[in-house]
Amino acid sequence: MDSLELLLQGFATAISPMNLLYALVGVTLGTAVGVLPGIGPAMAVALLLPVTFTLDPVSAFIMFAGIYYGGMYGGSTTSILLNTPGESASMMTALEGNKMARKGRGAQALATAALGSFVAGLIATAALAFAAPRIVDIALSFGPAEFFALMMLAFATVSAVLGGSLVRGLASLALGLTIGLIGIDSQTGQPRLTFGVAQLLNGVDVVIVAVGLFAVGEALWVASRLRQSGHGVIPVGRPWLNRSDLARSWKPWLRGTVLGFPLGSLPAGGSEIPTFLSYSLEKRLARRRKEFGHGAIEGVAGPEAANNASATGVLVPLLTLGLPTSATAAIILAAFQQYGLQPGPLLFDKDPVLVWGLIASMFIGNAMLLVLNLPLAPVWARVLKIPRPYLYAGIVLFAALGVYAVNAQLVDLVVLFVLGALGAVMRRFGVPLAPAVIGVILGPLAERQLRRALAISQGDYTVLVDSPISIGLLGVAALMLLVPVVGRFLRRRIDRGEQTGSQERAEAPAGEEP
Amino acid sequence: MNNEWLRGRAELGLAALVVLIGGLVLVNTATLETPATVNVVGPRVFPTVVGAVLLGIGVWLGIDVLRGGHGEPDAGEDVDLSRPSDWRAVASVGAAFFTHVALLRITGWLIAGAVLFWGVAVALGARRWLRAAGVAIVLSTVVYLVFSHLLGVSLPAGVFEGVL
Repeated sequence: MDSLELLLQGFATAISPMNLLYALVGVTLGTAVGVLPGIGPAMAVALLLPVTFTLDPVSAFIMFAGIYYGGMYGGSTTSILLNTPGESASMMTALEGNKMARKGRGAQALATAALGSFVAGLIATAALAFAAPRIVDIALSFGPAEFFALMMLAFATVSAVLGGSLVRGLASLALGLTIGLIGIDSQTGQPRLTFGVAQLLNGVDVVIVAVGLFAVGEALWVASRLRQSGHGVIPVGRPWLNRSDLARSWKPWLRGTVLGFPLGSLPAGGSEIPTFLSYSLEKRLARRRKEFGHGAIEGVAGPEAANNASATGVLVPLLTLGLPTSATAAIILAAFQQYGLQPGPLLFDKDPVLVWGLIASMFIGNAMLLVLNLPLAPVWARVLKIPRPYLYAGIVLFAALGVYAVNAQLVDLVVLFVLGALGAVMRRFGVPLAPAVIGVILGPLAERQLRRALAISQGDYTVLVDSPISIGLLGVAALMLLVPVVGRFLRRRIDRGEQTGSQERAEAPAGEEP
Repeated sequence: MNNEWLRGRAELGLAALVVLIGGLVLVNTATLETPATVNVVGPRVFPTVVGAVLLGIGVWLGIDVLRGGHGEPDAGEDVDLSRPSDWRAVASVGAAFFTHVALLRITGWLIAGAVLFWGVAVALGARRWLRAAGVAIVLSTVVYLVFSHLLGVSLPAGVFEGVL
């Protein structure tokens, strides 16, 4: 069957009244939670996971698609109205968007963000529907060694790209891999790192790790350095665009989409790079370049489209290869596992109703977001005014609720708090969180593929570099790790003898260069 | 070594923690038995690699810090990086959390949840305690009813067993 036919079947699944309702609830909840300051899409998805626990898989994932896009959109609202990006992907949006809002053009900023996300979401989802079956065809020829190499590449890229410092990214990844080790070894039944605690034998659920690092970690970190001054939320009317705004927006939307989708599909760590590239591209192309830095609408339109397109692109490796390349994708993978489903090439074969229903509901979710968010923007703006003590109390409350709902075990709550403390420490020292979450979920999968590959080769480690695909993937992975190190070494040699004051500054964005 | 020197390098503690965890992983892995049925790769290979990587990265991080590298603390809308750490607030959040854990099975989720919300809100500077308590009770009641009745997630009913 060709993908169009399958997609139409997917629509048939998604358009049932009940599933439409789930999509609507998902979009609304996702936006409402995503709008909350301090909550990025990853945390929104993790916190809302328990809501879907009792649904059947198809409905749950339809709701999930809504939550995913809603959380993303909510994040951009926050960064425009509050100048406080919940996560790095909205950083570029905040740059121009908040300036626009300060000049009284907040409504236009929100409108171009909403419409741009919609356009990008539609195009990117169509591209996903087209590309996924083809990638699945290729992936079906992958053996364990290729999958292992692919995972090594994902590890290398998320550590090198996310956050500013390679060693801190790697530290985060290694901590995640360690958490992933906890529990009974699935092949031999040996308990690893459980230290005699029976409840740890099943391992630490990824949901607990994500909620702990993101939600509880954020609450503890904020508690330690709470800002006492008030917050300047900019009031906003109903979003709209006039003809000239539209004329300035549509090209950046399309360019952002073209940048965002392919870069998001690569195992290269989500939307940080595409939004950054889109911003600098728009700045270069803009006719009124002087407006950049003072609220240029192109600087919102492009990055927002790139952000949404890359968020959709991230689903390509997730669905076709089972490879999460962002923290949010890792949590979605965990959601799949809750239902005993393993995303990857086989899922398209085994469960086409689910996969295509999910893809169809991404179209629907995007449309719903637009309908919902244009009129509701003033309401979301009011959400931003929640007093901070209540906001973080609510976050901790839902974190505890969600984690207890997973297994109904008190030990999980203790683990949650320990991970929260770790998350706060990581925030304090600029250690990115996403590599840890990806390490937790991908570590056990990587180990399984490694052992499978070595079992087939009877212990011969050269099997790992036996095919051109594995060699290529591992080569790129090595490059990802070496480039920042070598680059810094060269820069240090150049800087030697000169004033080194600018060196620290130059090192901070090093991850964005390769 | 004076205090000033140490303060700028608190990150060394993190490096030490990474090294410590690495050691822990290696020691724990060494105690694992490889069952005779496993002919090729046992349960020890992967953890050994992870442990070694942790050790290496911990040392690397330590060297990086000693050479003056430091991670940028996570900025955020509600975070004021110019302030010193407020350990009292952090400890109060912890106290509220563990009170919640202790109460959960005894009083049920509704009361334990309200206590958690109230405790964290007060720890984070909510001045009107009574109002915070009101918000806490209303919120936790609504959440409890929605999750246990509407969504079918089972939460301990505790003292409200059979009532709500």
